[in-house]
Amino acid sequence: MREINYNDLVANVAKICIDANYNLGQDVIDALQKHLATEESPTGKAILQQIIENAAIAREGVFPLCQDTGFAVFFVNLGQEVHIKGGSLNDAIAEGVRKGYGDGFLRKSIVADPLRRVNTKDNTPPIIWTEIVPGDKLNVTIAPKGGGSENMSEVAMLTPADGAEGVKKFVVDKVSRAGGNPCPPVIVGVGIGGTFEKVAWLAKKSLLRPVGSRNPDQFYADMELELLDKINKLGIGPQGLGGRTTALDVHIEAYPCHIASLPASVNIQCHSARHKSFEL
Amino acid sequence: MAEIIKLTTPLDDSQVKKCRAGDNVLITGPIYTARDAAHKKLVDLLDAGKPLPVDLTGHLIYYVGPSPTRPGQAIGSAGPTTSYRMDPYAPKILQAGSKGMIGKGEMGKGVADALQKYTGVYLTSVGGAAALIAKSIKSSKVVAYEELGAEAIVLLMVENFPAIVSQDCYGGNSFVEGLKKYRING
Repeated sequence: MREINYNDLVANVAKICIDANYNLGQDVIDALQKHLATEESPTGKAILQQIIENAAIAREGVFPLCQDTGFAVFFVNLGQEVHIKGGSLNDAIAEGVRKGYGDGFLRKSIVADPLRRVNTKDNTPPIIWTEIVPGDKLNVTIAPKGGGSENMSEVAMLTPADGAEGVKKFVVDKVSRAGGNPCPPVIVGVGIGGTFEKVAWLAKKSLLRPVGSRNPDQFYADMELELLDKINKLGIGPQGLGGRTTALDVHIEAYPCHIASLPASVNIQCHSARHKSFEL
Repeated sequence: MAEIIKLTTPLDDSQVKKCRAGDNVLITGPIYTARDAAHKKLVDLLDAGKPLPVDLTGHLIYYVGPSPTRPGQAIGSAGPTTSYRMDPYAPKILQAGSKGMIGKGEMGKGVADALQKYTGVYLTSVGGAAALIAKSIKSSKVVAYEELGAEAIVLLMVENFPAIVSQDCYGGNSFVEGLKKYRING
C-alpha cells in the first residue's frame, strides 16, 4: 500500500477550494471571448464584457469570482493501493473545506438541515463522490456549485418510446424555462440512462469536462452540438435579457439503462464554471 | 443603447419614471441588502402591523448575500442572487415604500403589477460579476438581523453601481422583449 498523509490531503483540498473560486478556467474565458465577438445584442455584449473583466479582477486574489462560492462538491478517484495515514478521506476533505473557505474569505452557504435551516458556518459538509480505481494515486477535483443554477436543474424519467427526440425536447424546454435565472451564459450538463440517482450524477460529472470538449462517442458529440444550436436559438441571451449567447456548451454523459427506462437529467452550470484538481 | 441614466438613491417617483426597460443605469447612494431570510422577517413584521428595523422609503433593495469582507476592504464579492425567490415578498416591500430592487432573472406577474401600482423599478445587475460589482461598493454596515450572517440586512454606500432596467413602472419587460427580438424559430 502507498501511504498518503492526512495533513497533505487537507492542505491540498484547502488550496483547490481557494484556487477554484478565484481563477476561472481558460476554457471558459476562451468561450466567453469567442461569443463576445459574435453576440448580436449590445446588452448581451456588455454583459459578456463584464463577466470577462470580472474574471480578471478575481484573479488578483481579493474578490472571489462570485459571492456564491457554492456547495463544495468533490469527485475523488481513489487508487485501491492507497492508504490515508492519520485519518479518513472524508474527514480530510471536510477539514480542507473548513480551512479553504475560511482562509479564502469564501461564503459559507450551507445549512445543517434543509427545513430547520441553521448555517453550519464553515461550508461543511462537502458532497463527496468517490470511485475506487486501480493504481496507487489519489485524484481529487472540486466543483463548487452555486445555488442559482443548481435550482434550475431537473431529472425526468422518460420512456424508451420518447427516444432521442424526447430527451432533446426535455433539455431544451428545461433551459427555456430556466430563462435568466441560472446566470446565462450557462453550460448545460445532460445525463442520459442509468437509474434515477445515476442520471443526476452523470449530468453533474459531465460539467467537469472542459468547455469545447466533445463526448468521445460521435452519436452523442453530434447531439451535443445540435442541442447547443437549438439552445442558442432560444434568444434568452446573457442574463436572460436577450441575445445569441445562452449556452457556452452542452455536455452529455450516457450510461446503460433498464429495458423499461429512459432517465434523463439536466444540471445547469452558470458561467462561473469552477473546477480544480490535484493528484497525490 | 441609449445614454446611461444616473440614479441617486433614495429614489423618488420622477427618477423611477425615467427608467425604461433596457436602459443602463449607474446608481450612487445608499442601498439596503436583503435576501430570502431577511424578506421573510420583514414581511412577517408588515403582516403583523409592526415597524420595520429600517425605513424603506425610497430605497432600493439589493438581493445579495456577499462573501466575507477581507480586512481593509469595504465588502467581499457581491453579485445579485436570483430574484424570483423574492416574488412572494416584493409587492409588500414596494407597498411599504421601497422604490424597487436589484437582482437577477425575471420577476413574476405579481411583482410586475406592483411595480406599476407603486411606481417601482426592477434592475438587473450581472449575476456572477460579483468581483466587478464589489468595486462600486464603498462601504457596508450591518443594520439588522446580524444573526443571519450572509443574509443580514446591510446598508451599502455605492458609487456608479452598474445595472440594467429590466422591468419598469410601465409594464416594460426586457426579458420578454429581448427573447422576442433574438429568438430564432425552428
